[in-house]
Amino acid sequence: MIPLSWFLTFSAALFCIGLFGVLARKNAVAILMGLELMLNAVNINLLAFWCYLYGKDLSALVFVAIVFVAAAAETAVGLALIISAYRARNTAVADELNLLKG
Amino acid sequence: MTIMQIIFLITASVTLFAALMVVSTRKMMHAAMWLILVLFGVTITFALLETRFFAIVQLVIYIGAIAILIIFAVMLTRRSMNADVPQVNRNWWLVMVSSLALFVGLVTVMSVWEGFFVTARTAPPGGENLVQLGTALVDPNGFVLPFEVASLVLLAAMVGAIYVAAERKEK
Amino acid sequence: MTTELLTWLVPLPPLLTFFLIPLFTHRKNGLSHWLAILGAGVSWLLSMVIFFRAASISHLSEHPLTLAVNWIPTGENWLQIGVHVDPQTAVTLFFVAWTILMIFIYSVGYHNYGQPKGDHDQKGLPPHGATVTEHGHAHKVPSVEPMYARFFAFFGLFAFGMYLLVVTDNLLTLFIGWEIMGLCSYLLIGFWYARPSARDAAVKAFLTTRVGDMFLMLGLVALYSITGTLNYQAILHNEEVLARLASAVSPVLGLSWAGLIGILIFIGAVGKSAQFPLHVWLPDAMEGPTPVSAMIHAATMVSAGVYLVARFFPLISAGWTPGEPLTAAMLVVAAIGTFTALFAATIAPAQDDIKRVLAYSTISQLGFMMAALGIGAYVAAVFHLVTHAFFKALLFLGSGSVIHGMEHGVLHTGEHIDPQDMQNMGGLRARMPLTFWTFLIGGLALSGFPVLTAGFWSKDEILSGAFNGGFVLVFVVLALAALLTAFYTGRQITLTFLGKPRTSAAEHACESRWSMTIPLCILAFFSVVLGWAGIPEKFPLLGGVIPNWFGAFVGSMAAEGAHGAEAHHSSIPLLTSLVVALGGLLLGWLVYRNTEAGAPDPLKKLGMVYVLLRRKYYFDELYHFIFIRPAMWIAEVLVYAWGDLKIIDGILHFIGNAGTWLGNFLRGAVDQPIISNGGDALASGAREAGGRLRVIQTGRVQQYMLISIVVTVLVGILLLLLASA
Repeated sequence: MIPLSWFLTFSAALFCIGLFGVLARKNAVAILMGLELMLNAVNINLLAFWCYLYGKDLSALVFVAIVFVAAAAETAVGLALIISAYRARNTAVADELNLLKG
Repeated sequence: MTIMQIIFLITASVTLFAALMVVSTRKMMHAAMWLILVLFGVTITFALLETRFFAIVQLVIYIGAIAILIIFAVMLTRRSMNADVPQVNRNWWLVMVSSLALFVGLVTVMSVWEGFFVTARTAPPGGENLVQLGTALVDPNGFVLPFEVASLVLLAAMVGAIYVAAERKEK
Repeated sequence: MTTELLTWLVPLPPLLTFFLIPLFTHRKNGLSHWLAILGAGVSWLLSMVIFFRAASISHLSEHPLTLAVNWIPTGENWLQIGVHVDPQTAVTLFFVAWTILMIFIYSVGYHNYGQPKGDHDQKGLPPHGATVTEHGHAHKVPSVEPMYARFFAFFGLFAFGMYLLVVTDNLLTLFIGWEIMGLCSYLLIGFWYARPSARDAAVKAFLTTRVGDMFLMLGLVALYSITGTLNYQAILHNEEVLARLASAVSPVLGLSWAGLIGILIFIGAVGKSAQFPLHVWLPDAMEGPTPVSAMIHAATMVSAGVYLVARFFPLISAGWTPGEPLTAAMLVVAAIGTFTALFAATIAPAQDDIKRVLAYSTISQLGFMMAALGIGAYVAAVFHLVTHAFFKALLFLGSGSVIHGMEHGVLHTGEHIDPQDMQNMGGLRARMPLTFWTFLIGGLALSGFPVLTAGFWSKDEILSGAFNGGFVLVFVVLALAALLTAFYTGRQITLTFLGKPRTSAAEHACESRWSMTIPLCILAFFSVVLGWAGIPEKFPLLGGVIPNWFGAFVGSMAAEGAHGAEAHHSSIPLLTSLVVALGGLLLGWLVYRNTEAGAPDPLKKLGMVYVLLRRKYYFDELYHFIFIRPAMWIAEVLVYAWGDLKIIDGILHFIGNAGTWLGNFLRGAVDQPIISNGGDALASGAREAGGRLRVIQTGRVQQYMLISIVVTVLVGILLLLLASA
């Protein structure tokens, strides 16, 4: 059998790679992709804990379903924002979207 | 090593490699393709975790919908960035160091916990019980509130996305 | 490994190549095609092993090999996915594997592998030729296809779809394979997407077949909601379920559920197999590269429709015993099939494009198969399906070779002529001997040249099935269609290969390379010998010399008597097929043997009829008028200008105005006096604080997150140190 640790390590690695993508990439779409990696890692984690420790409990599964919903919502809104920013300012580079600057 | 372990190792290494490609390749289109490979890997991982339903859902939602949306976004914004210039910002080394530190930290913290090396599973062998899950999602004593809130979030996201992305006519 | 496990593996290698080529090898043309051929080859090998193992199992049709696993959870039940090998699967696998492998190999030559890059070639257009300087003078040679690797990747996906459709054990997976092929058909017809005609043809093919797919899906849903399963074995080989379906009355036209579902499934096949009235996409699909025409529109994808109807033959014929009146579904299948066979055969002689003639002949031959299924001659239909796949793939690949030779001539002479127009050819027999002989064999098989060719045996079986079953009208119409088939085949061979070259490009045509001619030879071999596997026992002289292996093997699938020809053999259909085949070929040769360059087509003497045939009965124009224009009108006028702008916008504006009014009211009564004034005090405080903090606000979201991560890590390390200390 596969020990729980393998899944957890795998998801931690995926999470950190995604984090790198989110923090280091310039292109906003690439940042979103990194975010997807992180969400996937979270899901693996949740399901791994469910599978090994809380098999009788449904909360993990509900949580995963809600992460799915959140991911879908986040992608839809994120991409809409990117496209509208691209249309307004002709760029999808996160660095150049700095209107928030004080 | 059992076959399952070998399958897991292959899946994990392919997925992690593909994930690295997602965050490092210069062409956004290629990154999107690698992302699809990652999502496939995660699907297999779900299947290894006895959750066949979520494996299917992962396939349908992530690969079927989200990946396609991302590809559309890449295509719609493709002229915004030259693929020849570096695709990462100036702080990337700091990001890499802190990501690595986070990874090491996570594994170290987890390895001192005795549950880390569990191999026995408690999940029902045939996969999750969908009937129970479905009932629980709409059960007032169960998860009906989070479920409804999630639906609202999704609705709001949909409306918001349409609103934000819609082309407004100049008045 | 067991046969069942091997069957699971059959569709996978092409799928793997579909992923590997775009991901890793797309820059290397040679590596890409070797990978693709290797994938197709492994599938071929597995298919052959399965075919021969299946052929050696007795009573395979009663106890097919199946292996299924749970796939999609549906609450308390599971949708299963699995494989299913019975005689029909085995013979289909046989011809699919052979034709797919041959077409893969052929494509290497067709796309000019190894030739230099073109001078002005660009992606999305066919290669235009390259200039090569040799010994001091320049001449033009064919150039390599610019999207070479992409082509093989698409082909891999297509092969996956087809194999999946063949080996699967349930209608849902079949539908998935079916749709994958629809997608690939779209991608491959529009392969040269920079040509507007190719784009239009791709969209047309996709949308037309989609009409059929919609009905197939309705049939699928109806079947599932009534029987609760989509597994073949559980529906089609279960007397009780079939009887229930045949006796229950559906809400549509008083048909039984079996009849309704059968007709819905048949409409799906009408779209895929290009039967009347959804046939319009197939001739236009010839815009794609020739291997695509051969693979999709001759050998595999269009066969899928016939395969599906043959697979559901027990459902369509539920409640029918030979000799009784046909069921409603069978009547529909027979009527559409027979009509299409004749209808398409009349259009073909008036076409000049070498591939279009073959396209109409494909529609017509598929009509033959449908007609055979409709009158209950199941074995004859499957037999014709197999032989047709071989000789039609052969003809298409042969025509591709001809076009290739002509293109070479065009490049050499610099003439501006259409290399696909048969009026520009002639006399290619001497220039391209191998192509000529193989094309001749294919053409003879198509027209049903007696005894020697496979087409004769299968077509004869359909005709005798119709005659002995007592369907005189079907018999007469099919015989007429067979006569026309022989006629246009004779015309095609005569115009293309015989006589004298009518253009100088035809004079300078040259034989294609071995990677194109070897598949031709192999397919020609099967176009001849395959017929010998199904010689009816009652056939004069030859009957019984070779055992009727095909009839025995596949015949066990159908109920007793579904191969009517066996019961009582009459010599009338045999004489008819002899007369129509030889007479048609002779007529085609006589009319066209003396065609001069620039002379009008002898058929033009028919006047209006010729114009009508030439314009394909004006079906494209009719559909444009009935469907496309109204659809545009609905979209632009009804939905957009009227519904969208007036009704929906009107409602929205009303809601918007009401909202504005409410907002104004709230603003005046609540917002301004209470919240705003209270908020101002807060705001000025916050502004002061903000002014001091603005220094660290760079506006870069990523930097904020980075700071928070770094802090988190540092605090984590600190805590860890504290805990361990």
